[in-house]
Amino acid sequence: MKPVKDANSAGIVARDALQSDSAAAAQPEESSAPASITTDVLPSDAAIDFDVPALPTEMLLEMYRKAVTIRLMENALLAAAEEGQIGGAMHTAIGHEANAIGAAFALRKGDYITCTYRGHHHGLAWGMDPGRAIAEVMGRSDGFAKGKGGSMHFVSPEHGMMGANGIVAAQVPHAAGLALASHLRGEDRVAITFFGDGALFQGVMHETFNIAAKWKLPLIFYCENNRYSEMTPIWRTSSIEDIFLFPRSYGMATMQIDGNDVEVVHAAVSLAAERARAGSGPTFIEGITYRLAGHMAGDLETYRPPEEVEKQEAYGPLAVLRAKLKSRGVDEESIAGIDEEVDDLVDEAVAFAEKSPWPDAAETYRDVFVEAATGDA
Amino acid sequence: MRRTTYIQAINEALREEMQRDEDVFLIGEDIGHYGGLFRVTRNLLDEFGEKRVLDTPISEQAFMGMALGAATVGMRPVVELMYMDFTLVAADQIFNQIAKYRYMTGGLLKVPLVIRGQQGGGKRYGSQHSQSIESLYAHFPGIRVVAPATPYDAKGLLKTAIRDDNPVAFLEHKMLYFTRGEAPPPDEEYLIPLGKANVKRVGTDVTIATFSFCLLEALEAAEIVEEQHGISCEVVDLRTVEPMDTETVWESVAKTGRLLAVHESYANCGVGAELVARAYEEAPELLRAPARRLGMAPVSIPVSRVLEEEALPWKEEIVATVLEMARR
Repeated sequence: MKPVKDANSAGIVARDALQSDSAAAAQPEESSAPASITTDVLPSDAAIDFDVPALPTEMLLEMYRKAVTIRLMENALLAAAEEGQIGGAMHTAIGHEANAIGAAFALRKGDYITCTYRGHHHGLAWGMDPGRAIAEVMGRSDGFAKGKGGSMHFVSPEHGMMGANGIVAAQVPHAAGLALASHLRGEDRVAITFFGDGALFQGVMHETFNIAAKWKLPLIFYCENNRYSEMTPIWRTSSIEDIFLFPRSYGMATMQIDGNDVEVVHAAVSLAAERARAGSGPTFIEGITYRLAGHMAGDLETYRPPEEVEKQEAYGPLAVLRAKLKSRGVDEESIAGIDEEVDDLVDEAVAFAEKSPWPDAAETYRDVFVEAATGDA
Repeated sequence: MRRTTYIQAINEALREEMQRDEDVFLIGEDIGHYGGLFRVTRNLLDEFGEKRVLDTPISEQAFMGMALGAATVGMRPVVELMYMDFTLVAADQIFNQIAKYRYMTGGLLKVPLVIRGQQGGGKRYGSQHSQSIESLYAHFPGIRVVAPATPYDAKGLLKTAIRDDNPVAFLEHKMLYFTRGEAPPPDEEYLIPLGKANVKRVGTDVTIATFSFCLLEALEAAEIVEEQHGISCEVVDLRTVEPMDTETVWESVAKTGRLLAVHESYANCGVGAELVARAYEEAPELLRAPARRLGMAPVSIPVSRVLEEEALPWKEEIVATVLEMARR
């Protein structure tokens, strides 16, 4: 529990700051919601202690580049949505970057991931090309799914990305099935599945906790706890606010970590993957993070005061990464240089997507069934 | 030829496919140590072990979703639903996920799995354990739907379903489980392609297109109207609901000029309504009398034997409908 117990951790400071803000702003005086979330009540024997080793500066630079790419792509997508270039529901991961990047760098090629419809950052962290990703969101033919899946269905099997999902928690058993396949075949692949705090109250989540724990599947449950289930804070929907308590009751090892710190996430996921590969079964990681943009493009965000978001910016993944780089002696100019390079790269990606042709109308009718179906895979 | 039961035929199909392909595994409730509520999977745990026959908790959504996940990397899960009614418990995973996964991923992934189990009325299990659910499966693009009526077809079709790269709903019927029929011995392998109907009785006056347990009822009804009224029915077993072999049905209707579709799921918005609609769209010139459909009455299935028989579209209703049609 070291990363969240540490009073100097940016993540936990942010968490307390948030709680006092949103509680003051949104709760009636007699509300039974707690005034602050405490993390020191956890039974220490059920929580996993782990060290957070310092990652090489080169890797942090790579992670920073990735984080900025995600941030700028999401900003570009929001702009494109405002221009009317993107239809439907689009959920950006602004503020969530470190959860995806820390995990992606901790896992191996050949491992599997599934995630929620807030999955752009996972796609990019796992190696998907930003141009093709934007094309997919725009419904163009160069999208990974030829424009059929869009923002909510990022998929790229060559990167181990086995699908984002539009139904809350539906992707969780898929990852358990991928872990099961690995287990049945005697492989050492692990699967990781990402979901939000809102997914904790779907039945299939609990069904999967139980099976994964009982069968000791090589699976990592990663909850990106951004404190809002769509537009509703958890204290409005559950008597239990410490999410990791649910999986713990199924007999699973759990961690509650600062999800805005790539090094913490990397260390936690590395440990969980090690346990999974060793046959010790699933691990549940609750990454405390914060969604700095709306639930979806067009969200009015009436459920939180703007000051809360401003305050959280200072504890966000980019701020944390920049501080780390500076402490390693990376100067402002080098960081700004990366920002500029990525800015150009994202501009190019948008241009690529905008130039990508619309799918052929005949594409509508393809991929319903595998044709010439009978035979071995 | 050897005679065997419908249950034994399915058990053999599972065993043979598991022997042939290591990626085939079974997953479901009480299928391993107990051998399945209806003993369809008996002895398979002993032969293949716990990594091939997986007993799950009562968690239909999770194990259905897990089957999807495993299938996307080339495993071939065969999921048993203890009662096909539980399709509705796992509906998100089946209809929102499994049926759509290939399409939503632009063809990057495929989902070669089979969802199998028994359905149907006749055993007084009541409203939540007697439904026939083929129309629901057939409504959603992306899932094949198979509903065999004989041991021979059950074995040949299940083996094909397991080898198919698409998700397949394989609908068995509890009233068929202990029926017997001819089937080659296990060492004589055969496969039956999906989407091929089978003319089970040749006739000249009325075509009855049906599948699953209703086939047996239709064949008996055909004997009755022949003996008592001199009306000759041709009975076509569709065997597969999706894809539906309308060609074979139209060939029959070309002779008889009359089409009656019969099945145990609801007549309303059912497979029969679909077949009749297609007849009017694709082959109206063949119809000398209005095409008809017969299905479950629009009620939940009651437990009382008398009420259940009233609600199900069985022999007597088929006879009555054929007589009405033949008079026109």
